[in-house]
Amino acid sequence: MSRSYPVPPPDEVTEGWWGATRQRRLVLQYCADCDRPQHPPRALCTACGATDHLGWRDASGEGIVDSCTVVERAPSPDFTPPYVVARVRLAEGPVLLTNVVDIAPYEVGIGDRVRLRWRDLPDGRALPVFGPASPRPEE
Amino acid sequence: MMRAPAVAIVGAAECDLGVTGRSILGLQAQAITRALADAGLPLRDVDGLATTGVSRFSTTQLAEYVGIQPSWVDSTFTGGGAFEMFVARAAQAIEAGQAEVVVVSFASNQRSARSRSLAGVLETHTPEAQFESPYGPLHPISHYAMAAAAYLHRYRATREQLAEVAIAAREWALLNPVAYRYGAGPLTVQDVLGAPVVSTPLTTGDCCLVTDGGGAVVLTSLDRARDLPRPPVRVLGYGEVSTNTSMAWPDDLATSGAAPAGRRAFAMAGLTPADVDVVEVYDSFTITVLLTLEALGFCGPGEASSFIQGGRIRPGGALPLNTSGGGLSYCHPGQFGVLLLVEAVRQLRGECADRQVPGAEIGLAHGTGGILSSHATVLLGVHR
Repeated sequence: MSRSYPVPPPDEVTEGWWGATRQRRLVLQYCADCDRPQHPPRALCTACGATDHLGWRDASGEGIVDSCTVVERAPSPDFTPPYVVARVRLAEGPVLLTNVVDIAPYEVGIGDRVRLRWRDLPDGRALPVFGPASPRPEE
Repeated sequence: MMRAPAVAIVGAAECDLGVTGRSILGLQAQAITRALADAGLPLRDVDGLATTGVSRFSTTQLAEYVGIQPSWVDSTFTGGGAFEMFVARAAQAIEAGQAEVVVVSFASNQRSARSRSLAGVLETHTPEAQFESPYGPLHPISHYAMAAAAYLHRYRATREQLAEVAIAAREWALLNPVAYRYGAGPLTVQDVLGAPVVSTPLTTGDCCLVTDGGGAVVLTSLDRARDLPRPPVRVLGYGEVSTNTSMAWPDDLATSGAAPAGRRAFAMAGLTPADVDVVEVYDSFTITVLLTLEALGFCGPGEASSFIQGGRIRPGGALPLNTSGGGLSYCHPGQFGVLLLVEAVRQLRGECADRQVPGAEIGLAHGTGGILSSHATVLLGVHR
């Protein structure tokens, strides 16, 4: 699927999020002023506008497929269709764009419960992806 | 409430469409000179210019190319629906006295130049480059695909119902000699569903064309418009909203964010959807039309999939929609919004021959840009 896709380096706002992936931790940015999470990380809280008290909290890694699509044509040679691009709504609320893996692409459906997996990147970072929440019997 | 401006569209034209082998600026010059000829106005009278997609400095590039020094320009870049926003800004500039004759234009040679990529344009400094592109979505197709999946799932609508948007567009294109699919014959449900899958549930039959093309419209004050040869097509109302740039940010993909744009335009015009005789909405994908019809209030949430059936949006139907054949079967030069305006103007002037909607007096053009990112509605009217 995505083996060699060049993921841009973090910037000063996103380095904490990417740093956590080196320890295989999925974090969300929270505003301590209003206690709300947001994704992707930003230099301000979109709920209250605060800039000073933004920090990281571990996400549960549990989510639900909000919507999904099986991509049948590659956007670039880095990708080999078919694969699932999905919006996963985390238990904490924010939606992540991601892939759903470890399942046949056409088996993934809206409303499916999914759990965090990791895809390693060459530089030690990792991409959060998702798989079925409960183990499925071998097919 | 904002009032309708005393501004009219007085000229409208396409450049060459399809596969032209021409340059962007060559096509722009065609669009502009043809629209001015239609308006009966000389190039030297143009003192306002709005365009995108020419180069990084689109308006200065184009102004120099055609040899004018405009007192007002706009190159707001919000995707293919920017041209409906340009109408609003042009109307404001004319009313403010900053410009008297404004040209809104666009042209692309994307098919001849093979400049379109399934990945879209990657800007490595954006959050999407870090948080979305690594997962391989087709841009913009996979976003519309996820919207279609969410819509079909929520409302138990069917793929067959969605296909009607493409089938109706083809029926209109068969009546429009300059449509890319003119002469291609009618489309069936099986044609759409059986076409190659791009990003489920969308097939190539659900996706707009990739063609060269473009067009221009000319705006001026209603006072000046009365002295010109064509019936003035008045700008009755406009409204817009910008909602998102990423695939993950919208809370609900089964609903378009376009509703505030339509509300604002209808309120300014003092009209409702029931007053509209001809509807030109951006059909980047079949699903875009369903979401837009609901957001603009032509039917309720979840109703569009059945509302469009029974020939309602086809030639002769109660709600003539995308009468040129639309982005799906007529022309899609990457940014289609200007051609929505051109077709609406022609319908209101009664110039559309075989595809003319009899007695059309109120038209709506609705542009959608990016991945359901920006939305702009224009209501137009004519007294014939």
